[in-house]
Amino acid sequence: MAVLADNGWSSAAQIAGDVAAGELSAVVVIDDALARIARLNPTRNAFTAVTAERARAKAKAVDAVRDRHKLPLAGVPFAVKNLFDIAGLATLAGSKINRANPPAKQDSPLIERLEAAGAVLVGALNMGEYAYDFTGENVHDGAARNPHDLTRMSGGSSGGSGTAVGAGMVPLALGSDTNGSIRVPSSFCGTFGLKPTYGRLTRARTFPFVSSLDHFGPFARTTRDLAVSYDAMQGPDPADPVCTDRAPESVTGVLARGLDGLRIAVAGGYFQRGAFPEALEALSRVARAAGVRQEIDIPEAHRARAAAYVITASEGAALHLSRLRKQAHDFDPAVRDRLIAGAMVPASLVNKAQIFRRWYREQVLRLFEHYDAILAPATPCTAPKIGQQTFLIDGVEMPLRPNVGIYTQPISFIGLPVVAVPVPLKPLPIGVQIIAAPWREDVALRVAYALEQTGTVTAPKVPESREAVA
Amino acid sequence: MSKSLDDFVEAAAAALGIPLEDAWKPAVKANLEVTLRHADIVAEFKLPDDAEPAPVFKA
Repeated sequence: MAVLADNGWSSAAQIAGDVAAGELSAVVVIDDALARIARLNPTRNAFTAVTAERARAKAKAVDAVRDRHKLPLAGVPFAVKNLFDIAGLATLAGSKINRANPPAKQDSPLIERLEAAGAVLVGALNMGEYAYDFTGENVHDGAARNPHDLTRMSGGSSGGSGTAVGAGMVPLALGSDTNGSIRVPSSFCGTFGLKPTYGRLTRARTFPFVSSLDHFGPFARTTRDLAVSYDAMQGPDPADPVCTDRAPESVTGVLARGLDGLRIAVAGGYFQRGAFPEALEALSRVARAAGVRQEIDIPEAHRARAAAYVITASEGAALHLSRLRKQAHDFDPAVRDRLIAGAMVPASLVNKAQIFRRWYREQVLRLFEHYDAILAPATPCTAPKIGQQTFLIDGVEMPLRPNVGIYTQPISFIGLPVVAVPVPLKPLPIGVQIIAAPWREDVALRVAYALEQTGTVTAPKVPESREAVA
Repeated sequence: MSKSLDDFVEAAAAALGIPLEDAWKPAVKANLEVTLRHADIVAEFKLPDDAEPAPVFKA
């Protein structure tokens, strides 16, 4: 039987194919992943818990399955942002406060669905406190570090997810995205990330942030791995009232259909103002490879971002009000001060934001009558240094923490599906968003896959020996 | 605006039952100012009176 010789860079699909064919044992794969996590985590800080015992038991169970070819993720190690319930662990959501909570009794359904497809959970991942973050920094657990430069941010709030996949610790991770928390770390860490349509994947048994905007989705190093894991996770769930009753729409089989017939445009105006040269270079490379010349304006995108900001502040504060009253000292001070301010936002202004949201959605859906996909930068810049507080947007020095998501917020605000694709610029990668109409994940993934075949987008491999530069 | 916002922050914290330490007030106020600026950008956009909010409850 073969052993892994790729130093952690095999895709989920390659691993599953080899395990299903009996050429590789799931136990070998998982032992290898656990050893790599033990080697790398002290300097990468992606994992906050490693579930080695259950992972080895699950791997044995996968090896014992006769019809492994029916398991599309047979033996694939994966990890989840620590706001997913994992049976036996407290669901931290990046906080100190939640450490006092009793352990979860049952896994999140998205973990159950991936494991039903043969994947093996190996641990929980670092994240910004209560997901109110774009940096990947955490005052309680330390920063998840960028795999391409350990002195730089992973991005957040799903920072550990970006680090773990980008560093080759696991081929697949799950994160959440309220305003950009899958797409920002994907951009900084050089991974592929899928934020599906709002309501497509169940959010049951996860710690929430902003119910109006919370999404879940996968990180991977190939488009195919996004598609295979997404297909395994689709399906209704009465435990999440937002989760759609639409039947699952499989995307893996249509990945290779190419770009023929797809009408694609580049988002101009707001989505290019303030972008650093590297963000524009990445966008230009992707547009050129896709043969896109048309530039369009997404109307009132700046107002959409503003409305998302207001709804986030208010709903996030409502979620945490009782903790702010009783345990304010136990929060990350930066998160606490934002949440307290959010509690003070008048309801009349929040309602205005929800009214604007419906209007904006109608305007953007009209664009999709003429275009199948829209390209936009994922972040204005490559990964900043850990601890950096400000950056220059349009020549104005702005606080970094809330502004990294200026290009992601107007998109998740109306729940559009997006694939963030990594453009391998040197010395640091940066992402581009491929945005599609609601429920058209297939289109965004097709575009991503076609770009990957040309080499325009790829998850840049990181040498395992890379160590922190203090 | 600035002084009245100081007063508002204090009054709102008291009304909401949030213990607000003096050292936290500048950051809370700064965050609230930013959020209110964003809210103004939305509120100044004219929409008809019968425009519905995005979440729709169904009985």
